[in-house]
Amino acid sequence: MTFRVGDQVRVSYRSHDGHHRTPGYLKGMRGTVLRVHATFTDPETRAYGESGLPERRLYLVDFAAREVWYPNAVDGRIFADVFEHWLEEAS
Amino acid sequence: MKRAVHDRGGWGDETPIDRTEHELADWEVLMDAIVGALSARGVMNVDQLRRGIESMPPKEYEHTSYYERWLYSVELILSEKGVLLPGELDARVAT
Repeated sequence: MTFRVGDQVRVSYRSHDGHHRTPGYLKGMRGTVLRVHATFTDPETRAYGESGLPERRLYLVDFAAREVWYPNAVDGRIFADVFEHWLEEAS
Repeated sequence: MKRAVHDRGGWGDETPIDRTEHELADWEVLMDAIVGALSARGVMNVDQLRRGIESMPPKEYEHTSYYERWLYSVELILSEKGVLLPGELDARVAT
């Protein structure tokens, strides 16, 4: 599904054996869409010499460091680029 | 959840990050140029380079430098594609 700026999202909590750009420490984390970058060829298939098509939409997502590094109390934000197929609607 | 060796954000580690710089050795500059040339010719792309690095055995990953990882990956990818034959690099280095 497609998201808009301000949407609450959750990073899919799933493993992926191959190359992917979603860092483990963000999986399952809740964030807010800050920016809709554009669409890009998919590095997950390009990593195996394929075309990377269809293109995937990439978002800039804002996370609270305090939630990501829980139970360590850390102030600040974490901004990460996450592809659409790694994002879910946060309930 | 299983995480590959490169995916280390948040790993508990008290060791300070080594931020020292070093003058690049000739072979490191050459390694960079090889990847640039292979990319420009469409032989391999940066996602393949990264996939190759990420597939390194964790122990080897920990003990290798930045461009040593590039070398590992380029050898792997070129071998997959049949550009390099099995043992070809070792044989050439030995002569």
